[in-house]
Amino acid sequence: MKLMPCPINGLRNISEFICGGEVETMPDPSTGSDQEWAEYLFIENNTKGVVREWWMHTPTSYWFIAERNTETEEIIKTYPASDIFKQRVDFTQNKS
Amino acid sequence: MGDNFTMRLPKPKGLYLDRSKTITFVFAGKHYQGLQGDSIASALAANNERLLSRSFKYHRPRGILTMAGRDANTLVQVEDEPNVRADTYAITEGLEVFAQNVYGSLENDWGRFIEHIGRFLPVGFYYKAFYKPKGIWKYWDTIIRNFAGLGKVDVNATPYASDKAYRFCDVVVIGGGPAGLSAALQAANAGAEVILVDENQLLGGSLNYVRFNSNNSQTLLTREKLVNAVTNHPAINIYTNAMCTGWFADNWLAIMCEQRMLKLRSQVVVAATGSIEQPAIFRNNDLPGVMLGSAAQRLIYLYGVAPGKLAVVLTGNDDGYGVALDLIDSGIEVQAIVEMRTTPSHSSLAAAINAKNIRILQGYTVYEAIPGAGKRSITHAVIHQISSEGTVNENSHKIACDLICMSAGYTPAAQLLCHSGGQLKYDEADAILKVTQLPAHGQSVAAGSLNSVFEIDAVLADGKYAGWLAATNAGFPNNEPANVPHHVGAQGQNYPWPIFPHPKGRDFIDVDEDLQVKDIVNAVKDGYDDLELVKRYSTVVMGPSQGRQSALNNMRLVTKEANRSLNGITITTQRPPYSPEFIQHLVGKAFQPVKHTAIHYRHLECNAQMMSAGLWLRPAYYGNPENKDTCIEKENLAVRNNVGIVDVSTLGKLEIRGPDAAEFLNRMYTFAYAKQLIHRSRYVLMTDSTGVIIDDGVACRLGEHHFYVTATTGGVDGVYRNMLRWNTEWNLNLDIANVTAAYAAVNLAGPNSRDVLSCLTDDIELSAQQFSDMEVRTGHIAKIPARILRVGFVGELGYEIHVPANQGEALWDALMKTGEEFEIRPFGVEAQRLLRLEKGHIIVNQDTDGLTIPQETNMGWAIAQKKPFYMGKRAIDVMSARSLDRLLVGFTMPSDAPLPEECNLVVNNNEITGRVTSVAYSPTLKSIIGLAFVSPDQSEIGKQFNIKLSNSAIVKATVCPTPFYDPENKRQEM
Repeated sequence: MKLMPCPINGLRNISEFICGGEVETMPDPSTGSDQEWAEYLFIENNTKGVVREWWMHTPTSYWFIAERNTETEEIIKTYPASDIFKQRVDFTQNKS
Repeated sequence: MGDNFTMRLPKPKGLYLDRSKTITFVFAGKHYQGLQGDSIASALAANNERLLSRSFKYHRPRGILTMAGRDANTLVQVEDEPNVRADTYAITEGLEVFAQNVYGSLENDWGRFIEHIGRFLPVGFYYKAFYKPKGIWKYWDTIIRNFAGLGKVDVNATPYASDKAYRFCDVVVIGGGPAGLSAALQAANAGAEVILVDENQLLGGSLNYVRFNSNNSQTLLTREKLVNAVTNHPAINIYTNAMCTGWFADNWLAIMCEQRMLKLRSQVVVAATGSIEQPAIFRNNDLPGVMLGSAAQRLIYLYGVAPGKLAVVLTGNDDGYGVALDLIDSGIEVQAIVEMRTTPSHSSLAAAINAKNIRILQGYTVYEAIPGAGKRSITHAVIHQISSEGTVNENSHKIACDLICMSAGYTPAAQLLCHSGGQLKYDEADAILKVTQLPAHGQSVAAGSLNSVFEIDAVLADGKYAGWLAATNAGFPNNEPANVPHHVGAQGQNYPWPIFPHPKGRDFIDVDEDLQVKDIVNAVKDGYDDLELVKRYSTVVMGPSQGRQSALNNMRLVTKEANRSLNGITITTQRPPYSPEFIQHLVGKAFQPVKHTAIHYRHLECNAQMMSAGLWLRPAYYGNPENKDTCIEKENLAVRNNVGIVDVSTLGKLEIRGPDAAEFLNRMYTFAYAKQLIHRSRYVLMTDSTGVIIDDGVACRLGEHHFYVTATTGGVDGVYRNMLRWNTEWNLNLDIANVTAAYAAVNLAGPNSRDVLSCLTDDIELSAQQFSDMEVRTGHIAKIPARILRVGFVGELGYEIHVPANQGEALWDALMKTGEEFEIRPFGVEAQRLLRLEKGHIIVNQDTDGLTIPQETNMGWAIAQKKPFYMGKRAIDVMSARSLDRLLVGFTMPSDAPLPEECNLVVNNNEITGRVTSVAYSPTLKSIIGLAFVSPDQSEIGKQFNIKLSNSAIVKATVCPTPFYDPENKRQEM
């Protein structure tokens, strides 16, 4: 079984984690086209190589980011999500 | 005793034996005697019984080949256990052993007639012969499977207790031979915590049975010194009789002990798994009496048994001379050493043989073994001079013998290494497979003959170095770094081409699968010229030994036939397990965690029949199973007409606190929460980003910045994760806590519930005016701090009371006691489901599926259209603009109609248009009611549609508005 380095719990068996999918940017829900939304929801990049993913350590309910090579299965690094999500996100009504 | 023990050798041979204890056992119907420590095969060999089994396809007689549990020749049935390897399985008093794959008796197996039609059974035969005409395979399948059988599974076998243990160490050493022992010692001396695993009963590996020098006393001294040091070392944990069967990512190892599976995580793995001796290929090389040189040595040294009386040693390396010396020492007459190499060996072993005037036939090979009666033994070896690679000339001798020992070379036991990403490649210069890459994940070192190091001093140095490196990599730098050993290498260990096809065949490449040279040659001719393809077409290396004795020669033969270079060729993919595992060991102790609510034992006292709800146990109903329907009906009517109580502690419960709490709920749920009043509750419906319903519940606003939200029993963990995940991205100012287990909750429901509750509280005003439906209060019930929600899930006046979990039982007791005069009745999940169905309320994941959007369940009312965003908004907006494919509708059927089941199909002219999601007989409404998905054109109120029952009968149901019961919700608003 693989080991996953959790940024706060250290090396743990990967069975303690769930993967939350790739880190993707949500298109603006009020201005994005239907096409953009459909791609956001259903088209996976399925990258061969390094991907950036959401992972959660389930016993401690801690979400973080992992960079992982899908080809070699190497986990390159993990870090708190706050390293990339620093700003408050707000949604505004489409005025049109 | 008579002829018994005729082959038994005196001490000090027989390392495993306790000669003071005689053991009687039964093999193939006959009684035999062996000694404590004997395996089935060694005890039989001591009795000069060589026949152990019949081969898979041709039912040829087979005997000892490896004596190491590495071949299919020794598979026997031991009582209820099939496919036991007789060469390693220890005998016990009264043990009953049966022959496998035998028709009639082992001695006289009538299945052997198949051999005579063998030429009509070419490679790929099954694929070619049994598929025409269409359907004929079904007929042949049974016959073939019966013939090519292994042991018999006894479905009534008694399981024994087995469990799993989890172990951690700095360095694990797999293999307790000279390399493994010195590695373990070196690593432990450096301060590492070491686990040493060996499949045999005694540590020592090849030190126990291989003659490294003409004078073997040095080897025995080395062994004693190493084994003692390792055994007495406090930092070395030894597991013998333990088989490492898999090496997984990040050094996670599966180790099978007798009744336990170890799951071991080690920082560094030292692989010292050794190598596997390879056979030579000649006619009748599969018969009893033909065995590997190391098998003869194992018999002699470990079990004190002479492998024969009159021997021929076929060799292509120096080790054959050691084998010959051991045979001579055991009183066996060595007729000749047949040396495949053309130049004489200069080793000390060969010198010792020369001194004994043993005949050496240089540049010769065994071309054929002549079988004795019934092919159950051999009588002669036919020796021919080698003319070129794989061919012989007419110069020949016929030498009488009952034993042919083969020393043709080795292949590394690298299976485990390969599980974890290691690689092997053929090195043409040394004619051997070499480890060219270590596992990619986790640190590891290979040592000993696995690492192509064979000379004993080099092996010891290699092990020592591996131990030093492993300890250093595990964080225990050694003050005295071991020198990188000078590898003597594998030169001369493998004879490059020990394959001598015979025109009359029976020159077996793979004895497990009865594959001869021509089968492999024909497979390549049929176009399967890649190793992986030949494997699947011919089944070579697919038998129980998984190519341990066949992969190397097969690879040589295939590349030659395909006109390719052998250099750099790799073996077929190796997958776990390395050795057979008991499924029982993989399962271990059944560990199924269950959750009990705080009120669990009160339910049991009330004779509740418990059912699983996810990990929780919940009362299904109260009463005896034979009266199930009556119990549920009574519980139902108690709620409708009087008062009932149900434990709803399993409901998910979440606290959302902070200035952005309302904004957060607005994003996570479809409804609007910004303007929700304090002390009010509101329905919550969660959709995923594709608009599919994934959960529901209620949100209670306890303060401006404080919501208490319920979720479904099965959904709360996912909801909680989802909430955390999104707020990690959004950075709203709030806190989310999953308090599911912190609160116990009951729903007190029925027209008399207010009367019961009013006896138990003095700080909550319960009148309909003061505390109306969908309102929330905090206060005390029976002096227990509580949150009280007026909810209408079951469609009656009702109070959901949430209290700290440790007071759940006290709350239950108070309500039951006070309710006594009202004849309060506890009700279970079954009645609750029926009550909510009468109200037409959906249960997420029962009345919805993985594609259901709110519009399909008539829940458009629960969607706030004006919000800029909620999870799933965009998808729902897109789908709302389209016409729906199906709708969830209520339906009724007469009470005497056959009761459909959940998931029965809704059909229209033989087309499936939907399915029943919930259905039950309602004692209140005295008819069958249900919910079903139907096509939009079937959904009009009053229309009829067809339901196909499980027995294929069609019944009619009528679409009807919901709620079925109290459509104006007057009862819950009382």
